[in-house]
Amino acid sequence: MKAIRILAVIFAALILAQPVFAETLNGAGATFPYPVYSAWAFEYSKVTGTRLNYQSIGSGGGQRQISSRTVDFGASDAPLKPGKLAEHKLLQFPAVIGGVVPVINIKGIKEGQLRLSPQALCGIFLGTVKKWNDKSIGSLNPSLILPDANITVVRRSDGSGTTAIFTTYLAGVCPAWKQKVGAGKAVKWPAGTGGKGNEGVANYVKRLKNSIGYVEFAYAKQNKLNYISLQNGSGKFVAPTFESFKAAAAGGGFDPNKDFYLWLVNAPGEGSWPIAGATFILLASEQVEQNKKVVKFFDWAYQSGDMTAERLVYVPLPKSLKDKVKTYWRSKGIY
Amino acid sequence: MQDRKSADIIFHGITAIAAFSVLFVILGVLFVLVKESYPSIGRFGFFRFIATNDWNPVTGNFGAAAALFGTAVTTALALIIAVPVAIGIAVFVTEVAPPFLKGPVGVAIELLAAIPSIVYGMWGLFTLVPIMSEYIEPALQGTMGRLPLIGILFEGTPLGIDLLTSSIILSIMIIPFTASISRDAFNLTPPLVKESAYATGATKWEVIWDVVIPYSKVGVFGGIILSLGRALGETMAVAFVLGNNHQITSSLLDTATTITVALANEFTEADTDIYLSSLFNLALILFIMSFIILALSKLMLAWAGRKSDR
Repeated sequence: MKAIRILAVIFAALILAQPVFAETLNGAGATFPYPVYSAWAFEYSKVTGTRLNYQSIGSGGGQRQISSRTVDFGASDAPLKPGKLAEHKLLQFPAVIGGVVPVINIKGIKEGQLRLSPQALCGIFLGTVKKWNDKSIGSLNPSLILPDANITVVRRSDGSGTTAIFTTYLAGVCPAWKQKVGAGKAVKWPAGTGGKGNEGVANYVKRLKNSIGYVEFAYAKQNKLNYISLQNGSGKFVAPTFESFKAAAAGGGFDPNKDFYLWLVNAPGEGSWPIAGATFILLASEQVEQNKKVVKFFDWAYQSGDMTAERLVYVPLPKSLKDKVKTYWRSKGIY
Repeated sequence: MQDRKSADIIFHGITAIAAFSVLFVILGVLFVLVKESYPSIGRFGFFRFIATNDWNPVTGNFGAAAALFGTAVTTALALIIAVPVAIGIAVFVTEVAPPFLKGPVGVAIELLAAIPSIVYGMWGLFTLVPIMSEYIEPALQGTMGRLPLIGILFEGTPLGIDLLTSSIILSIMIIPFTASISRDAFNLTPPLVKESAYATGATKWEVIWDVVIPYSKVGVFGGIILSLGRALGETMAVAFVLGNNHQITSSLLDTATTITVALANEFTEADTDIYLSSLFNLALILFIMSFIILALSKLMLAWAGRKSDR
């Protein structure tokens, strides 16, 4: 009996003791921005002592977790429409820009040399353009020798924000794609082999001759993949560079009144890369105190995180967009 | 005396709790699967979902036929490759090998079972797939691909990411189960029976084929069922090398999908409710399928047991 009494006292003491832990913010969602969020979190904790715990479970998971309020913020590559945001009482703003780059593997053709139009790209992924020396590709590249070989299409086997951005772009420029396939994180692909993750697609394109696939900008740059030059809305052929992504971000019409709901594909501007996309942060609108802390983190990231983002091959938001986001935060009372 | 009786009661209680907790967990899993797949069953109908060959996340139309086809083909092909090899290993270790080899070969087989399945998947993706696409599959296409009926199995561009490669990886994974259990079963053959056979002039091969294997039929069959169960549920080994293409195809050199591959690839990003519910529906189908196959095999073992008792 004496032993039980002593145990009870120790147990009560443990429960009542309030140890002081470092402040931790919890987030979950998209896998695409995970490297930059964790780099920012590391530096932020050195500056302020507040830690950030981010679980990259996928955009779908991020949306579900913030809707059920199990995390402080969710992250999603696909923006939610204002109706959906109102239904789950969420706030939304963009954090960083990335995008999709079609990559190829053709012997003798170097980075940026191959020019494709939206229609040619569409035809390739629809399976209607079957060979590399097809007229639709050849007419855009008179100076290149294109092989008389079948195009091996590589796409994603898993659902992802990368696919969402790419298929939204194709549905926007190509009525046949919109009607036959549509846009989404996972679609019923009419052609091609599936690789798991950006790594899977990059791996297959590197190995398979005369192949084409699509990967995130960061993957294309870091793995030195052979990217194409794509014709944008203004008719110019642009290569995927920091400049062309920043041009797309600046040209895009992000509207705070619509909670920044925007697919950044086909952004206006002569130098804009046509397949850009922002990745978004979702907040629970009633958790004002938590939101202030999350906003403080992203405000710091906007101010001091640009170099880190660029080092990891992400495109920071242009200043005009950052100002719009800050006004949005102020209007919601969390800044 | 009182202490020993109460110790017995406590012992019985603890073991009963352990046994029933397993039952509760299985029932709990079944309950969750049914609850989460209910929207999908309601929209598509249980049997129509199994028969539909369509998987379109954009329009929200789902059907399990392609995934079931892939599961069936990869499992069957893996068993066809693995069972003869495993029985061969067991025969080698028990009857043919010199004593100093029995130990190391046995340990090597157990080690094969200990390799995590994602390591198999990575090895498959980086090592086996290039070998298949550059050497083995073109060779198969050139030889067996030319035969009249079998040739259909080898059509298409050999990319290495297909049913054949996945089946080979699966077969390597399931060999250890059949091999160890068969080895133990073969060792149970009474030496008296074997020696009697040798005494009547039988060769080593005749003893193995006509005495040892028939004697251990039941054990070997049990090992095959274990391998079958593993092959049905294997996820990460094939998730990377099958391509997750929801289609029913006649060529082994084509991408496809299985229930587990579809779940591994699509679960995290399933954004609509009907999509998630259809994935749960796939899981429910796999659960029921494994249960039925296990039950059937138990029945067959019982029937075979009764026959041999006569």
